[in-house]
This record gives sequence, C-alpha cells and structure tokens, in this order.
Amino acid sequence: MNILDMTAVSLAAAIKNKEVTVKEATEAVLAQIEKKEDTFHCYVTVDREGALRKAEEVQKKIDAGELDGPLAGVPVAIKDNMCTEGMLTTCSSKILGNFVPTFSSEAVLNLEKAGAVILGKTNMDEFAMGSTTETSAYGVTKNPWNPEHVPGGSSGGSAAAVAANECFYALGSDTGGSIRQPASFCGVVGLKPTYGRVSRYGLIAYGSSLDQIGPLCKDVTDCAAIMEIIATHDTKDSTSVERKDREFTSALIEDVKGMRIGIPKDYFGEGLDPEVKSAVLKAAEVLKEKGAIVEEFDLSLVEYAIPTYYTIAAAEASSNLERFDGIKYGYRTEEYEGLHNMYKKSRSEGFGAEVKRRIMLGSFVLSSGYYDAYYLKALRVKALIKKAFDEAFAKYDVILGPVAPTTAPKLGESLSDPIKMYLGDIYTISVNLAGLPGLSMPCGVDSKGLPIGLQLIGDCFNEKKLIQTAYTYEKARGAFGRKEDK
Amino acid sequence: MANIISDETIEYVGILAKLELSGEEKEQAKKDMGSMLDYIDKLGELDTEGVEPMSHVFPVKNVFREDVVTNGDVREEILKNAPGEKDGMFVVPRTFE
Amino acid sequence: MAKQYETVIGLEVHVELATKTKIFCGCSTAFGGEPNTHTCPVCTGMPGSLPVLNKQVLEYAVAVGLATNCTITQYCKFDRKNYFYPDNPQNYQISQLYLPICRNGKVEIETENGKKFVGIHEIHMEEDAGKLIHDEWDDCSLVDYNRSGVPLIEIVSEPDMRSAQEVIAYLEKLRMTIQYLGASDCKLQEGSMRADVNLSIREVGAKEFGTRTEMKNLNSFKAIARAIEGETERQIDLLESGEKVIQETRRWDDNKGESYAMRSKEDAQDYRYFPDPDLVPIVLDDAFLEEIRAKQPEFREEKMLRYKEEFDIPEYDIEIITGSKHMADIFEATVALGSQPKKVSNWLMVETLRLLKENSLDPEDICFSPENLAKLISLTDAKAINSSVAKEVFEVMFKEDIDPEKYVEEKGLKTVNDEGALRKTVEEVIANNPQSVEDYRNGKEKAIGFLVGQTMKAMKGKADPGMVNQLLKELL
Repeated sequence: MNILDMTAVSLAAAIKNKEVTVKEATEAVLAQIEKKEDTFHCYVTVDREGALRKAEEVQKKIDAGELDGPLAGVPVAIKDNMCTEGMLTTCSSKILGNFVPTFSSEAVLNLEKAGAVILGKTNMDEFAMGSTTETSAYGVTKNPWNPEHVPGGSSGGSAAAVAANECFYALGSDTGGSIRQPASFCGVVGLKPTYGRVSRYGLIAYGSSLDQIGPLCKDVTDCAAIMEIIATHDTKDSTSVERKDREFTSALIEDVKGMRIGIPKDYFGEGLDPEVKSAVLKAAEVLKEKGAIVEEFDLSLVEYAIPTYYTIAAAEASSNLERFDGIKYGYRTEEYEGLHNMYKKSRSEGFGAEVKRRIMLGSFVLSSGYYDAYYLKALRVKALIKKAFDEAFAKYDVILGPVAPTTAPKLGESLSDPIKMYLGDIYTISVNLAGLPGLSMPCGVDSKGLPIGLQLIGDCFNEKKLIQTAYTYEKARGAFGRKEDK
Repeated sequence: MANIISDETIEYVGILAKLELSGEEKEQAKKDMGSMLDYIDKLGELDTEGVEPMSHVFPVKNVFREDVVTNGDVREEILKNAPGEKDGMFVVPRTFE
Repeated sequence: MAKQYETVIGLEVHVELATKTKIFCGCSTAFGGEPNTHTCPVCTGMPGSLPVLNKQVLEYAVAVGLATNCTITQYCKFDRKNYFYPDNPQNYQISQLYLPICRNGKVEIETENGKKFVGIHEIHMEEDAGKLIHDEWDDCSLVDYNRSGVPLIEIVSEPDMRSAQEVIAYLEKLRMTIQYLGASDCKLQEGSMRADVNLSIREVGAKEFGTRTEMKNLNSFKAIARAIEGETERQIDLLESGEKVIQETRRWDDNKGESYAMRSKEDAQDYRYFPDPDLVPIVLDDAFLEEIRAKQPEFREEKMLRYKEEFDIPEYDIEIITGSKHMADIFEATVALGSQPKKVSNWLMVETLRLLKENSLDPEDICFSPENLAKLISLTDAKAINSSVAKEVFEVMFKEDIDPEKYVEEKGLKTVNDEGALRKTVEEVIANNPQSVEDYRNGKEKAIGFLVGQTMKAMKGKADPGMVNQLLKELL
C-alpha cells in the first residue's frame, strides 16, 4: 500500500512494526506537498527542515520504546490560528504576517507529546471568518476534488490537505462550522468536540464562547485516536472541562442497535440541494437497517441560529481582535501621526474586508444603546436554542442531518453576498451556540463529482455516541476517496 | 432595508473599533451593516421575556489558580515580535501632550 | 445675598491587592524589577493566551466587602471593558460591571461634625494597566507591562460626602480596614491606593444633584483636599457666571493647583462592556462566605476598646499604635513575650516614631521583630545596658533588625557593674577635675552632673549612671 493512502492509525502501526520509518513517511508527504501545493495551496507555511528533524527525533524515541502511542510518528498539519512555538502563525492575516509565537497551543503540545511530526500551518479564512478559505491574505486554497471549487472554510487548508494526502491528519477549529463544513466539502471526517473538551490555550480567538479545536482526518478510527490525544483538561483555560470519559477509541463499535436517531425536519426544508438531501437520508436508511431507531422531529428555532450566531461571534471578535494594534506584535503601518492614527492605519491596512465587516458589526451591537436590543437578545435566543436541543436529546441519542445546504461552490461565487454566505452555515451554527459535539463525514458524491457530508450531532460530552454511530455507518458505507486515488 | 446606517454611525464605530474606512469601503460597510442588522432584527420575532441571557453554555464555575508565582523573566521572548523596542520596552507614539 | 452651595462628593477608590501574583497569571506583583521582566503571554495580551483567576484576589475582595458591610454577589462574573490605550495590552480591561462582587455596603466615619455613614455602591475586581514612560529623546512613549494584570479592587462610594474632611475620614477608614485585613498596604504615594473624586455642587436644600466631574491623579490626602477645594470653586464660578458644568474627566495638577479636562475626539467613552467568555462565573456558597467571615481580624475600633481595658497605656498611645495594623501587631506580640505594655508603648511612641519620621517611612515599614524589641526591653530592665546604650542599639535594630543581646555582647556594650573598676574611674575623675569638685563642695549641686558625664565618658557609656552618681556622692 502507498504510504500516502494510509490512515494516521495504520501508518503509526506500520511505523511501530518497522514497515515504514517516520522519515520515509515524512519525506513521502513532503514530496506530495511539493507536487500538489501549486495546485491546491493548502499551506501558509511548510516547515520542511523542522519536520525532517522532528521525524528523526521521534523515530529514536519510538526505537527506544519511549513513544508507542497510536499516532506516534505520524505527520500532521496545523491550522494557522494555533500558536506554534518558533513557527510563523498568521491566522491568514496580513496583520500577523510576521508573528512567531513564543509558546505552542495546548492541543499542539499534546500532539507533540504523542510523537506527532508537524509539517506546517494550513491556510484558512482570515481569523477563521469565512466559509470558503477565500478571505485568506495568502491566496485561496482549492478543493482537491475539483480545483475550480472552494474547499470550504474556515479550516479549508486543513481539510484540503487531508483530502490531497498532503498530511495524514490535521487540526482545525470550529466556531460556526469551520471544521465540519470543509470536511464535508473535501470528503473527509471532521469533529467539532463539545465546548470545553479541547483546551483553547494557544488558539487565537475568534468567538471565544464558540471556538473549539478538533480533528480533520481520513476516517472515524483516526478521529477517535486523535481525540484521545487532544482532549485534555488544561488548567490554563478556565473553560476547559475535566472529564474522565476520554477513551474515545472504545466507542469504535460496529453497532447501532437501539440507538435513537432524530432527523430534524427543519434541516430538510427550502434551500437544501436535492442531491445532498437524498444522500443524507440514504445514510439514515443505512443506520436504520443496522438497527437504529430513526424518526423525524421538529427541532425549531433553526432560522434564528444564524442571526444569533453573527451577533455573538461578531461581538466577541470585535473585542478579541482589539489586541492587534501594531504595538506588541504584528503589522504596524509605515507612516502615521500620533497614536490613534497609528492604530487606525495599522488595523485598516492589516485586516481584510470580511474581518473589518465583523469587527464593525460587533462593535456596533455592543455599543451604548444597542447592547440590550442586540447582544443580550442574542444571548437570550441562544438560551432558547440550547433548550430546544436539550429537549431533543431527551428523546434521541444522536441528531442526523446535512452539514451544508450544498456541496462545495465554485471559487468566487460566495463572497459577493454576505447574507447568502452566512446562510450556508445554517446546519452547523446552532451546534456551536449550544456547545454540542458535531461530526461530519462523507456520505456520497453529487453529480458534479463533489463529496456530500453527513452531520451527526450529540449531546454535550457524548462524542462517543457520535463515534459509534459514525463508525457503524462508515463500515456499512465502505471505502470513500477521490477518484484519483482509486 | 429597515436599518439605515449613517455616515456618523460608521465614523463612530470606526472610532470605537479603530478602523478607518476608505470612501468605497465606507459605502459597502453601510450597506453590509444595514442588511446584517435587518437580518438580526429577525430575533425580535421571538418572545424572550423572562429568558436569562446565556453567556456560558455549561454550568462550569469557580475555576481558580493558587496565588503562587510560576512565571520567570521572559522579557526577551515577550519583546521578540514587537515592531518597536527600546530599553526593554515597547515603543509607541507619544501618548502625553 | 449670595447663594449657598453644597458640595456633593462620591469616590472611586482603587486598591492594589497584596497578592504574590497577578490577577490572571502567575507573574510576580513585586515592585521594582527591570521593565517587562514580570510579564508573560497573558499579561502582555499575546494572541492565544487565556486568563485564570487568582483565588486570593476573590478572597480579599470578599473580605473587604464583608468588612464594609456589603452584600456579596454569590453569582458573579467578569466583564470586558473595551478601550484602546497602549498601557492596556489587550485593549480591553477585564473588570466587572454587571455583577460586581460586592454591593450596598456602608462604613461609619467620624469628623469634627460627628459620626455619619458613607454608603458603598459596589466593589469590583479588575486588572491594573501597565506603565507608560515618556521618552523625550526619541519623542515617543515606552510601555512597561510589569504592573499590567496586578489585581485591583475598585470601591465605589455613594455620593454621600460633603467636604474634604469627610472624604479624608472615609479614605482613612477604608485604608485602616483594608490594612487590618492584610488585603493591601494602601499607600497613596506609591499608588497602591488611588482615589478618583466625583464632585458636583448644588444649592443648599436642593433635591437634585448637579452635573458632576471626575478628577483623577490624586496621590496624597493633601492633593485630594486641594483638588476638592479647587473644583468646588471652579464649579461655583461657572454657575455664578451663568455657565454650565460639563460632565467630564479632569486631571488634577497639584503643582499648579488646577485641573484640566482630559478629552479627545478619539475618546468615545463607550466601553462596550460584555461578559468575558474566557472566564467562568463565580458561584459562592454560604459556607465560603462564613469561612472568610471567620477569618476577619479584630478591627481598629474593637482593638482600641480592648487596649483600654487590658493595658495601662495612655489613650493617645492607643490611637497611634492601632493606627497601623503592623504597629499594633508588634505591640501585642512584644507584650505577649512578657514585656511591660507601658515600656513597649514607649519604644513605639518615642524612638520608633522619631526614626520613622526622620527616614520618611510609614509604620507599615517597621522591620524589627517583636522578639528583638522584647530582648532589648529585658536588657534595660536587667540594667545590663543603660538607656543611652539602649537607644543606640535600638537605632541599629530599627535599621537591620539585629538581635540586641548578641549585638551588645559583640560590641561590648554591657554596663560595668564591677564596683571596684567603677570606683577606680570615679576616683580618677575626682582627681582630674578639682574645679568641679570644689564647686560641688561649695554647694553647686549641678557640678555633679559634669562629673557623672566625665565618668560615663571614661567608661565609654557602659556604666549605670545611677550607680556613678551614688559613688561620686559617696567619695566626695
């Protein structure tokens, strides 16, 4: 088997069995990056030397028996909004064009401890604001299934890198669908864990109450293995939750007998592409055949999730992004007159249009006279949305639906109308508002040859039920990959 | 569009957010903000009387650290990315009149 | 007849808490240190860093709240206050607006006009900003984040004060209470206690408040008194000349004795407060509050009453000693070691106060230990050293907290009690000073003083003056 076609877990096993060395795997994937980057542009930074150096180090530790975890020696790509010590971290923004963090994010440290070889940093929508990876200041990433299409976003670089075999797995972050939607568009598996599962320390914040780091990978087994490594309790993150149920791989069970699966009718209404609809419903049928109890229900409030999300996320972002002011790090404008002019010019030149749009909106909804009407109102609706999910999870173990209304759109089609772009997040966003875990996995290909994603949503800290359901479906569905790889 | 955003509003938000928009950007921002607010106004349809605003989804509470010094001197690192540095400090445009 | 005005004053007092580390990170709060050496990613606003609350900050804030009769908010949160300024690394300050930790308190103050209560609107926890230094050479400013993230509580009073005298009494009361709790040293000069004055005037008898201004940069009681006087006059002048007071923040220049407005177009004063999503709510149960309550010390008023009953020392001494928690602690500990209260009090009231004044120090700066003071007192009690040697030893002790027993031993300062040696010296002094001897014998009683002095000098001060006196009289 070609090294590049291996999943992360199978590669680690091969390394352990001395069938492949870490260096061979790293060189193979670096060669693939060299070959494919011109076309797909998944990375902002590729750290070739660092990766090769690390590969040798890790190999030694494996040989010495110091490292024997399920992902030891496997090369990984990191979304460029996670701090990596000594490695450029840009958030795909001009304002952080030269920023080299002095510490690594907790999730990255956990991977390194487990023997990961970091290949580089993946492209994204600037500050994770976008659903296409087109708002990056460093060029657009293209969908490996068809380079005329977007890879989705904001973790588009991570999803595309996994799909194009430019890494064996990747980390992404998800604030409103930023892991699940690109996973769906690129035909890979992506999981947004429960809020608080994975430390946010070192993740450059967009919407702090919504952001969560998670894996993008080739299959459900990899997903469970990665989760076991990155889901830790971190005392540096006040919102990190201490949990004992972290043995996610124990949920890799091919069995959904008696599993109660709810299909929200509201997720299958107007705006949903018929091909997406039929592929998702077919997946539900498969699970039903495997013994799951599948039924439709009314989730309610679905159409309110987007305005609620954009109010909260923009408000938090407007505050989170205040620190980019040209003083401590990052871009400072060349010429200015006085302090405030320096602030304004540095920020106006350093941020892209979409980021500025959200900062303006966020500052406005928090400003004097509007806070109650907009921000507090959104927090109240958020409480209602959470309640709607609580009621659903009293009846169901898992909620099943599409990830996005369509498959990957063509490059340049989405950005013109922001509202239309935001509507694309309709099925993913409420999961972040309610802090729930959501998994995205491929369930078919449309007539244009683009992958279709299936979304499974679980109750808080119920990732294991998602993994079990996804694993069962994956086994029934059979192998999934690009035509090129067949 | 129900929400008409004035030049003054854009100017004011620009002062708050420290953003200075060009003429073209300004027109676009007025349009975008107006249509976003129209969209957000949809929330007004919902009766949220008596609903507590939810800022945190989980009942996580009381996360503290002990009062123990854990950090040493990392000045070099802290200043490493600074656009301007002098005498171990960050350089900023004059702040005093 | 001219209108009669009344000044209405409310205070916002910032107090730096005496924690070892900053409010949201493990950096030291120690003073001094080269710029930016007490910093980390959290207190310099590095991307990706996150705050975690120092538990001691909460405990101090609750302790101050209980001591000032506040209701403690048992479900409280932190909010972000957004404004751009270089001393504020995140460009938002983590503070509390919507659910401050303490509310609705009051403290009793006493002035010449009697006792009254000053209401406390709220107390909230927040982080301090860094320091800006102006660089004349390069015409720029430099930022040092060593103070960024140092924990503060802000105590907001009700507009209950009517004069500078009341304001100072209120500040003294807060200072004493907080010092007794050990929550802060509350030094105005060093900035560990800072007061902003909100002031308005109205005609006597009016029900409505006038428009208020806020004055900043007041770093001594004198400056506060002068600023209140100056601002009252300024506002009266405005109203008398038919103008209006504008609600604004003003900076007091104590050297010029005037204030000026701190306004700019870029200063929108719209802080867009919202709950900080990076910090979780604080939920305090009754048991926690009881625990803090149980730890409350004996405050000054109670202490004064007890001293009056327990110790036979003057009321004035009691006032001075209890005026500093630190001094009172030293007093009590020394007495507990067996020293006579009156003697301990004397050392504190006379020599200690003198040396503090000479060195422009606060009672909080006293560094000698009760053990050493007790030793010194027992050395004098045993007549092992005389009083002038004792004063000399005390001066060294005041500076370096030396062990007086060892010091006296090492320096050979013990009083010579050997009558033979002393008699010999006295005989020599008599032989060498015939004039004084004659004067004395001729009835000049005073002359003996000179002879005692000469003997003491010859003994290098190590003699008991009483004994010298006695011997002289005997030999003459």
